[in-house]
Amino acid sequence: MIEIRFHGRGGQGAVVASKVLAVAFFHEGFYVQSFPAFGVERRGAPVMAFLRVDREPIQLRVNIYKPDHIIVLDPTLMGAVDVTSGLKPNGWILINSGHPPETFNDLKNFRIATVDATSIAIRNSLGSRTNPIVNTAILGAFSKVSGLVGIDSIALSIREETPGKKNENAKAAREAYQEVKTA
Amino acid sequence: MKRVITGNQAVAYGVILSRVDVISAYPITPQTTIVEELSELIASGRLKTRFLKVESEHSAMAALIGASTGGVRTFTATSSHGLAYMHEMLHWASGARLPIVLVNVNRALGAPWNIWGDQSDSLSQRDTGWIQLYCENNQEVLDTIVQAYRIAERVKLPVMVVLDAFVLSHTSEPVEVPSMEEVDSFLPPFCPDYPIDTQEPRAYSVITTPEYFLEFRYKVQKAMEEVPEVSKKVDDEFRSRFGRGYGAIERYGKEEAEVVLVTSGTVTSTSRMVIRKLNEEGWSVAGLKIKRFRPFPSEEIYRAIKGAKKLAVIDRNLSAGVGGIFAQELRAALYPKEERLPVFGFVSGLGGRDITPELIEEAIQYTVEHPRPEEEILWLGLKK
Repeated sequence: MIEIRFHGRGGQGAVVASKVLAVAFFHEGFYVQSFPAFGVERRGAPVMAFLRVDREPIQLRVNIYKPDHIIVLDPTLMGAVDVTSGLKPNGWILINSGHPPETFNDLKNFRIATVDATSIAIRNSLGSRTNPIVNTAILGAFSKVSGLVGIDSIALSIREETPGKKNENAKAAREAYQEVKTA
Repeated sequence: MKRVITGNQAVAYGVILSRVDVISAYPITPQTTIVEELSELIASGRLKTRFLKVESEHSAMAALIGASTGGVRTFTATSSHGLAYMHEMLHWASGARLPIVLVNVNRALGAPWNIWGDQSDSLSQRDTGWIQLYCENNQEVLDTIVQAYRIAERVKLPVMVVLDAFVLSHTSEPVEVPSMEEVDSFLPPFCPDYPIDTQEPRAYSVITTPEYFLEFRYKVQKAMEEVPEVSKKVDDEFRSRFGRGYGAIERYGKEEAEVVLVTSGTVTSTSRMVIRKLNEEGWSVAGLKIKRFRPFPSEEIYRAIKGAKKLAVIDRNLSAGVGGIFAQELRAALYPKEERLPVFGFVSGLGGRDITPELIEEAIQYTVEHPRPEEEILWLGLKK
């Protein structure tokens, strides 16, 4: 079983990202379980979403305490919340950031990847300059760094699950797939 | 077609596929997205169901009592305080023998304020004359709604379909969504015996004197007694058509086990993992899922626990002064039997706290190690 935790801010689409990634895995024949942090969400406040993926039906129905990988949608969360909490050694931390992965070298024991999902989103007219929608782009980067799910499945899932700008969202994911940097 | 959907979306699909005529509901977390989904479909014209907007849950149930009496298929959904607010109308619906289907997304009642999963809401309605069916996953949620209409309309009693807050309601997982044609062939249109007919006026549920009231309640009880057989037939037919069935209870794990762990809702799902692991390690333990809480499946349980030495129950609910409600019902069901097994009543996970594999294992281990419970209520995961 693979467990993934998303960190974002309320309104950024972390919950949708976890659902889109779930459907991408589902298209590749996996069983999936995607859920938000069960709480009261407020726009701009730190939020989390979760995803379990397995080859067998998933019977475990509790929160994810020890994720295998972390996806951070908002760079300002780094330092503001402990994104590494419970993260298994050698897990990926994929951060939406224009900085190179080496910037986050203080996160020892983990593998770091960065992708400038904000610039990719703006370039593809997703959201606005002040409030870009980065949740689809970052999934393309996750496909590349994790090697767990194909970019075509991500693009297909994006087309199915996003309410609008399906082409732009899918294109953003493919660009992030190309542009993601690993340490 | 298999789709990745939340428990609340599975509810909406179940309602759409059951060709419900009238929905009336008032939003409350965590039920809200059920009503959102259905009302959006109705507003956009894609679902030809009448949605009655009301100012409260009490009115929602009252509206459905009217609609159901009129002879159409009805649905509502609620949670927690909303269900409590419906309380007197719940009695009315069963007394009037109306096959209304209600989905309750389990949530704790305040105070203190809490929006998370806890069965105290539905279980505190156990004496209202409603059939109660608890679900373990999103597939079971959809399937149970379709089955619920068949059962309700056959025995003329309302059905409450229950799912856990967030752990199902807001969690997406793959669900096989049957086609309209498949469900149509399983669930015929609702044909009430005595719908409102202006050509043939009648009075409904008028004042009934002591001379007859006892007999009315006797008939409700008799209808409840039909439920085990009717629901088994419905479930068997569902299984033969759709390849999925649930039963009133389900026993899993080691066949001749000394300890049987009794659970309901999503705790069962996690317990399956724990029991599989413990069986591999050689533990003599099995699991028992209770799906149908009303009428309580005593006979089915007797058969399923044959040979067991001890029962452990995990209740995500509390009747203060007594303990967990499933444990209490189980003890009452076992009392007439010669061999009365000790029932270890664990209470855990109230107000949405996780019932983790570690806690489930702790409950099983305690039961294995003790001949009898040291306390009437065994608190699991309590901070001291």
